[in-house]
Amino acid sequence: MVAIRVPKSQRAKRELLKHAPRLVETGKKTLILHGTKTSAVVNSVLADIFHLKRDNAVKFSKKNDNIRPFESGGETSLEFFSLKTDCSLLVYGSHSKKRPNNLVLGRTYDHHIYDLVEVGIENYKSIESYVYDKKLAPKLGSKPFFAFIGEHFESVEELKHLREVLLDLFKGEVVENLNLAGVDRIFVCTAISPTTVYMMHCALRLKRSGTSIPRIELVEVGPSMDLVVRRHRLPVESLKKEAMKTADHAKKMKNVSKDPVQGKLGKVYIPDQQIAKLALSNDIKGLKRERREAKTNKEHSKKQKINAE
Amino acid sequence: MAEAAAAAAATTNYEVDLGNLMAYDPSHHLAAASSSRGELREECLRKGTELAQAVADALFALPATQDRDGPMVHLPLPTTRFPREKHLPRPKPPTKWEEFAKMKGITKRKKNKRQWDEQTQTWKRTYGYDRVNDDKDIPIIEAKATDEPGVDPFAQRREEKKKGVEKQEKHRLDNLKKAAKVGALPSHIQLAATALPITGTKADVPKKPRKKDLEDVAGMASSATASGGKFDQKLPGEKAPKNAGKHRKFLPVVEGRGMGNQEKQQNDKILNALLAKSSEDQMDVGKASSRIQISCTTMYTIYHLMSIAFY
Repeated sequence: MVAIRVPKSQRAKRELLKHAPRLVETGKKTLILHGTKTSAVVNSVLADIFHLKRDNAVKFSKKNDNIRPFESGGETSLEFFSLKTDCSLLVYGSHSKKRPNNLVLGRTYDHHIYDLVEVGIENYKSIESYVYDKKLAPKLGSKPFFAFIGEHFESVEELKHLREVLLDLFKGEVVENLNLAGVDRIFVCTAISPTTVYMMHCALRLKRSGTSIPRIELVEVGPSMDLVVRRHRLPVESLKKEAMKTADHAKKMKNVSKDPVQGKLGKVYIPDQQIAKLALSNDIKGLKRERREAKTNKEHSKKQKINAE
Repeated sequence: MAEAAAAAAATTNYEVDLGNLMAYDPSHHLAAASSSRGELREECLRKGTELAQAVADALFALPATQDRDGPMVHLPLPTTRFPREKHLPRPKPPTKWEEFAKMKGITKRKKNKRQWDEQTQTWKRTYGYDRVNDDKDIPIIEAKATDEPGVDPFAQRREEKKKGVEKQEKHRLDNLKKAAKVGALPSHIQLAATALPITGTKADVPKKPRKKDLEDVAGMASSATASGGKFDQKLPGEKAPKNAGKHRKFLPVVEGRGMGNQEKQQNDKILNALLAKSSEDQMDVGKASSRIQISCTTMYTIYHLMSIAFY
């Protein structure tokens, strides 16, 4: 037997309806969690990442046993958490002798692991350690700039992959229209060696330059760290093809064109009416005598009324 | 605007993805990679500023519209593409009825939310609570020649209604199963197996006995001896049973007032009840008033007459 289970309250229903797949996706939620053992560095990194993304992230505070993302069967609970929290970006921190200060960045597609990158953290400086003018502090949820520097991002496959994951992780909400007054942060990632990326987070300061384009200055606001790539797992080709599908909303509209002066233009086709062949009948309502008379009578009475007044 | 961005990228050899506000410099070599951390930081900041400027050049060159919050620009489509979070929404398969209606050419038509009810001569909802043709509004069902004796037509109606609801529920489940097969189940609906309790759920775990239940059982056991537990040795911490069974109460046989009068009262009560049941001209006032609506004055008269008859 099968029973239909529906949420008991409207609120729960609304919440679940938000989990439904959408034609055009605007943003991904991030799940931040850690393993059974972490270091102070990992804890701080996770806290900082959560701080940067706290408008659209879930952070677990308890230890998580049996999460081993790169091993078969070790991703089950990760996928389960992704389903429960409706998150598709994963940040998992751990610390071991073999892999100290370990961070696994991952993405899911349909709540199954899509790809993974494992990085070690070195030379970490937390947000708190930076002292700067707080007026410059980036606003929560603002759309960041990205700067990637170095040839390794193209030549080394691991870094190429890491670049895409970092971009997806920090890019924030996908928007069509951007408020120019709201650009206030940048992530600068430099490939300092084939395995290491120096990442820092800066605030943007827009200065007058005399033209409409402002002169830009960077003020480091933290965090900054070196990411040393360890293991990585690229998406399976078939899954990638499936996940890269986009909505066919760009389907060509027939008979609609755009004109810079007149705006949106549409062509309307009307089939030939063939007036010559139109049969004229005698019982056209407007031509009936009763109606004609009624109409004249009405007008007459109206006139009378006006006269009476 | 796009040309300007392209020109900027061409001269400085940057890749600018304006949709993601991203700039990439693939040609840069870190000269001072081996030197101190401070120098590295300076160089990264300098290069980062250049790239940020490249993005800003392209971004601020876009035609902007003035909004209440500031200038708004329309971003071009990003060139770096990212995987989807979930699959594309799948179309819901047509239900059995939709298939049938299509075959027969039945189209949906709007119904009014309210209808005139002949039964009660009022406007009522078309469906739902307190609706038109509601069962509770039908006081009389006319007998037909085909009616079988001993069958309650009202109960029959209720039964039929219930069956219809059950049938519809079955159809709903079938349609949902069909949708689940192609992965088009609405996200707020789950289909769960009910034959076996799911491990870890409430139904699976036996109910924990309450304190009162345990005390009741303990009390019963302690008094289940020949002496009613009077001479049993008490266990350390054991309390006397809470509901010590006292089944009969004997009233004093000696007549008098107060306590002494109670036995007489008890017997009188029983006798009165018996007499009231048997006599014909008695009437239960409480019941009568709930059955028939009588105005206050008539009610008073009946009560008066009855009281006279009683004495």
